Amino acid sequence: MQERLTSMTNNSEFEEFYLNMGPQHPSTHGVLHLLLKMDGEVVTDVVVDIGYLHRGMEKLAEKRTYQANIALSDRWDYLSSMNNNFAMCLAVEKLMKLQIPKRADYIRVIMAELNRIASHLVLFGTYGLDMGAWTAILYGFRERERIMDLFESVCGARLTYNYFRVGGVSADLPEGFIEKTREFIKYFRKKLKEYDDLLSNNVIFKDRVKNIGIFSKEDAINYSLSGPNLRGSGIKFDIRKNDTYSVYNEFDFDIPVGSNGDAWDRYYVRMREMYESTKIIEQALDKLPAGEICAKVPKVIRPPKGEVYVRTEAPRGELGIYLISDGGTSPYRMKIRGPSFVNLQILQKVLKGWKIADVVAILASIDIVLGEVDR
Amino acid sequence: MKQLPGLEYIWLKLIEIFEKICSSLGIPYFFVFIIEKIVFGIILLIFICITVLFLIWMERKVSAHMQSRFGPMETGRWHGWAQTIADMIKLLLKEDIIPEKADKWVHRIAPIVIFVPSLMGFLVIPFEKNLIVQDLNLGILIIFAFSGIAVLSIIMGGWASNNKYSLLGGIRSAAQMVSYEIPLVLSILGVIMITGSLKMTDIVNAQSKFWFCFTQPLGFIIYLISATAEVNRTPFDIPEAESELVAGYNTEYSGLKYGFFMLSEFTNMFIVSAVATTVFLGGWMGPILPPIVWFLLKTYLIVFLLMWFRWTFPRLRVDRLMNFGWKYLIPLAFFNIFITGMFILLIH
Amino acid sequence: MDKQELLNNIKAKFPLIEEYRYLEGYVTDETLTLKVPKEILLDLCKELKNNKEFSFDFLMCLSGVDYLDRFEVVYHLYSMGLKHKLVLKVSIDRQNPEVDSVVSVWAGADWHEREVYDMFGVIFKGHPNLKRILLPDDWEGYPLRKDYARAPDQYD
Repeated sequence: MQERLTSMTNNSEFEEFYLNMGPQHPSTHGVLHLLLKMDGEVVTDVVVDIGYLHRGMEKLAEKRTYQANIALSDRWDYLSSMNNNFAMCLAVEKLMKLQIPKRADYIRVIMAELNRIASHLVLFGTYGLDMGAWTAILYGFRERERIMDLFESVCGARLTYNYFRVGGVSADLPEGFIEKTREFIKYFRKKLKEYDDLLSNNVIFKDRVKNIGIFSKEDAINYSLSGPNLRGSGIKFDIRKNDTYSVYNEFDFDIPVGSNGDAWDRYYVRMREMYESTKIIEQALDKLPAGEICAKVPKVIRPPKGEVYVRTEAPRGELGIYLISDGGTSPYRMKIRGPSFVNLQILQKVLKGWKIADVVAILASIDIVLGEVDR
Repeated sequence: MKQLPGLEYIWLKLIEIFEKICSSLGIPYFFVFIIEKIVFGIILLIFICITVLFLIWMERKVSAHMQSRFGPMETGRWHGWAQTIADMIKLLLKEDIIPEKADKWVHRIAPIVIFVPSLMGFLVIPFEKNLIVQDLNLGILIIFAFSGIAVLSIIMGGWASNNKYSLLGGIRSAAQMVSYEIPLVLSILGVIMITGSLKMTDIVNAQSKFWFCFTQPLGFIIYLISATAEVNRTPFDIPEAESELVAGYNTEYSGLKYGFFMLSEFTNMFIVSAVATTVFLGGWMGPILPPIVWFLLKTYLIVFLLMWFRWTFPRLRVDRLMNFGWKYLIPLAFFNIFITGMFILLIH
Repeated sequence: MDKQELLNNIKAKFPLIEEYRYLEGYVTDETLTLKVPKEILLDLCKELKNNKEFSFDFLMCLSGVDYLDRFEVVYHLYSMGLKHKLVLKVSIDRQNPEVDSVVSVWAGADWHEREVYDMFGVIFKGHPNLKRILLPDDWEGYPLRKDYARAPDQYD
């Protein structure tokens, strides 16, 4: 950081000053430090400084059993814990070449999609809040409360669920879960239309957010963006369809794609994705088979020696786990490819030339969670 | 329909009795006049304090219900009506912190400079036909003249805090307020052309047949938008843009000084709504109820509208805001004046 | 392109490459894994990205592994157009860990390489800004190495 700072100061001819955005700041979505070099209101250079939430998850994983690692995986992207659990379990099951009961697969998909809706609602709320529409976050979190009630009835927790197990899930759906979920989906679809009118199509919001922070297609692929950031730039790629895992190939859903690659497209792709998730949940509830919820696995899980790379579609992008096992009870090496970590790199290129109000708009549209960035 | 007699009846009766006593005691009229005005001023000050307390509570309740929550419910048992009083007491008891490198005197004076002009605006607000502090010939112009001084205090607040964020907030706010004062005054010019006078009571009396919001709809809309910008409320609340600059020009203020900034925001909101009521909504006129009730009802309606804007719309970016003010509102205001002029020419 | 065809095409251009030999009973997924000598890494990557019949334009993951006698940097590649995957493994000497940086090929490798430097101490030649990324700038030691000294905890 020191050399970077001196190189910035040596080139200044005008009255440029440095603005520290973060680590404590209402709009950086966590402990992220942006060092902005400003010329008046315009940003001329940026240094993205992460690592404030580094907890050493990869080193911790090497000492803990696989079951403890599932509990730890909740904390990577704490807004969508079910998806983290999903990726972790898929990796271990691929190594052990396990066959999972159908019912467990369907329950996993329902939970992952419900969590996707919850996670995108946080983006909806905080993006509105950053732009000054204070009511958006309260509406978003009101819907989130209903989803968290559903999750609480299943596994007892509201944020870090630790619900999945190697071979299935830990507990069956309680009574009344299916009816409550169907009710929630009906209620939520009406609300999505309302949110479109209130925020997505609001003239002032569009004025703040359209044509801001455009990621071109080449840039998006070059910087390994994934998830709604990639789809907002017009590339129709979703791991659930193009590199499918679990039972996603049995469902019928669309992949929403943006046209310009600007912040509004990324935001609107997420709004459309929430609608698609409701379609998946409905189909899964219709087709839910009876049966066991967990395959027979030994008490102490020892996968055979091997390595595997598994990628899943988390709400923020491609969550990948590169798992190397040496036959013991803990992994030899577990590399977590957090989508927000990779997505955040493009900020170094894109921020130059925008005003400080746009910095907030662009940063929020990438939708990062610092737990995943720093691990 | 005939209106019930309002508070002016009581006030005029009191003045009559007082003048009789004073003339029998031999005091010259000059002193009587001054004492009358001082007493009115004190009553007005008390009214302002109560109004602001009520407005803050109203904002919290309105915003809460729009966001599907309750707002203050505990203090004072019934829906938290004493919440603002509790907050004021808390602010009074806070430590007064001045940053070390800040410009001390500018830092201390800024809250006063922002509050006094709003108070002065109350000079010419017509609560009823005879319930106005002094019905100046310059009426409405005085209010706009004083609101221009508020810009100075925001720059003072931003500069004196010795803080980059506050400075940015101060500069943005100055640009915004100066840009939106022009359409504010221009939107009223149409009404003044029809009335032919700047006196507040004349403007209200000219609305006995039709309220000006129907004959000058464009002026009304431009006035509402510019008024929201003048009072620094969303969608134009860049100076206090919480999510970007923490709290803008009042980041470094604590305790009663912060209380003064908040007080002046709500006082300004009330004045701007009172002017809207007088100029566009027919002032104190209305069917049965006493005139003071109608005036307050209409003013609070506009205040509610301003609050509604705040909790629905996102915030405009600075340059887009300036763009909108200079390139759209000002030409529209001129167009309004032109059309009004044509109409007056044709009718006479 | 399927696994054997891909292997043949790459071997035709870069004869030094061979398929990575795993031990008996080692479980892997079906992706082709190549053992790449570090001298030809940068040329190979450029070829893999720019050549239309490979078109590996998406870098999925870049990680470091500490096998006790050597380091390995593992590249997982994916092609958006042709939808095939590839894994490259580069073996690095533990005493003098250096390898070419592929930031000029895939810009997304930037922070991945910084993280490998931070955690293992592998120097990437040609990286524009090789600084510690997750740990504080003045940290000593490289945590993810197997011989990283630390106080024992309850799991030891």
